[in-house]
Amino acid sequence: MAGELSGILEHVDRISELDLEGVEPTSHVVELENVLRADEPHESLPRDVALAPAPDPVDGAFRVPSPQAE
Amino acid sequence: MLELTAVQAQEAMSAGELDAVEYAAAWSDAAGRDELNAYLWRPNGDEGAIVVERPSIAPIAVKDIFCTEGVPTTAGSRILEGYRPPYTASAVRRLIDAGAPILGKTNMDEFAMGSSNENSAYGPVLNPWDRGRVPGGSSGGSAAVVAGGLAPWAIGTDTGGSIRQPAALCGIVGLKPTYGAISRYGMIAFASSLDQCGPFTRDVRDAALLLAILQGKDPCDSTSVGLEQAPQLPDREDLNGLRFAVPSDLARDEIEPGVREVFEATLARIEGLGGEIAEVSLPHAEHGISAYYVIAPAEASSNLARYDGVRYGMRAGGESDLIEMYETTRAEGFGPEVKRRIMLGTYALSSGYYDAYYGQAQKVRTKIAADFSTAFESFDFVVTPTSPSVAFGLGEKTADPLAMYLNDFFTVPMSLAGIPAISIPAGLAEPAGGGPQLPVGFQIAAPAFAEQKLLDAAYALEQAISFDASPSGAPYAGIDHIKRTGSGGEEGG
Repeated sequence: MAGELSGILEHVDRISELDLEGVEPTSHVVELENVLRADEPHESLPRDVALAPAPDPVDGAFRVPSPQAE
Repeated sequence: MLELTAVQAQEAMSAGELDAVEYAAAWSDAAGRDELNAYLWRPNGDEGAIVVERPSIAPIAVKDIFCTEGVPTTAGSRILEGYRPPYTASAVRRLIDAGAPILGKTNMDEFAMGSSNENSAYGPVLNPWDRGRVPGGSSGGSAAVVAGGLAPWAIGTDTGGSIRQPAALCGIVGLKPTYGAISRYGMIAFASSLDQCGPFTRDVRDAALLLAILQGKDPCDSTSVGLEQAPQLPDREDLNGLRFAVPSDLARDEIEPGVREVFEATLARIEGLGGEIAEVSLPHAEHGISAYYVIAPAEASSNLARYDGVRYGMRAGGESDLIEMYETTRAEGFGPEVKRRIMLGTYALSSGYYDAYYGQAQKVRTKIAADFSTAFESFDFVVTPTSPSVAFGLGEKTADPLAMYLNDFFTVPMSLAGIPAISIPAGLAEPAGGGPQLPVGFQIAAPAFAEQKLLDAAYALEQAISFDASPSGAPYAGIDHIKRTGSGGEEGG
């Protein structure tokens, strides 16, 4: 995979030769203004429904192995 | 009744000439005869929350990237095997509310990363025209079910060409709308600034009807804006006064001779309908692939961090060690292409390389969008072949990821610019290595939110092309229900 990645990066590197000094970067193509919605409470997913697809739900939470390796 | 387009079926249902339940059942039977590995899930009494009690419009196939409440949603990945989302994507919700039964979830490249559907964890989809060939990707299943007569229409997603390219390789219509036209809520994210939902249909009128159902602003997706007006069914018959630009910078040697021939014949048809053709320069479009393969992997590396074996999907290893659990889950859950892109994206975003890769790619994106804006000052549309080749053989390009990426040469610039583009079948051509003729797609791109104009022009051109070929066994023959303007195209196998 290292060889494949090098080949891809070599191709991608072509853009480094372009002189784009002063060009604004685009992160989003459609002009949008940030709008806040009304601060009204609404129903969200019940906890048990949100937890149902988890591999190891327990006591209303996601259980994971210990973060401290033995 | 399977020969009807979705628009015809809808008209027949409203006129009381077609029973919606019988029609849906006939399509369900057809979908059950899938020999293309195109469906990953079909209803088996387990459709629960997404059931449509009273169908009133043609049933539809949905790419397995859209969340469907209680119904398996894998995004073509092992890491989501067995995942049943607790909610339904807005696009699918709109289909259900419109009365379209869900025929099934379609196979796809893992997390929509691929151009051949060979990156699915559940095996490749076969092209209905030639089962030794790929259907294109990443929405290969959605293209194959429509072309192969396993669904009247379908939805998919397009990040760099994933609707247009498989539509071209399967000989059907595929539309990528303007970024923001359709909600992305519940659509599993690959590259969020590029991902867009869109229709796969047999003809342009069906694409207009489907877009009308899907489009709209959604409070659940703050980047959705919808279209100013829902699209109307197109009926324009000429192209008088319209100007079509052919990018001179995209005239590459890599285009197969057969594809080039069909492309040129289509340009002649445009002129025959009163349209004008001229060359235009899109000087930065040739850097589209480079910019895309920085931006899309960068966004993906961030989006895919959520698959860690904690909240949904599979978990593997690390019974007593969290880090080991993360690593084993991701090592076993993701396929090679997904790992490749996560590494590329993480590298491009890393400190010290960020400006050289991600920052530079975003500037290229600005220049590509500006090239299109300049072109649209003097032209109505930009046209290209959709794909440089017809459908290629299974396994032909899997050994060389870069060669696979270059397939997206004609479709990526429009994605980076966020503009709408449609692929319509334009004819048949022999593959470069010889063999039976296969479909060729013609791509038309328009300014942002000019979907109606795009559909009108595509419809006029579709009538003139009169593509009436279909894969053997399909219950339809191209667009032969539409009045012919000439002697018609070549016969299908």
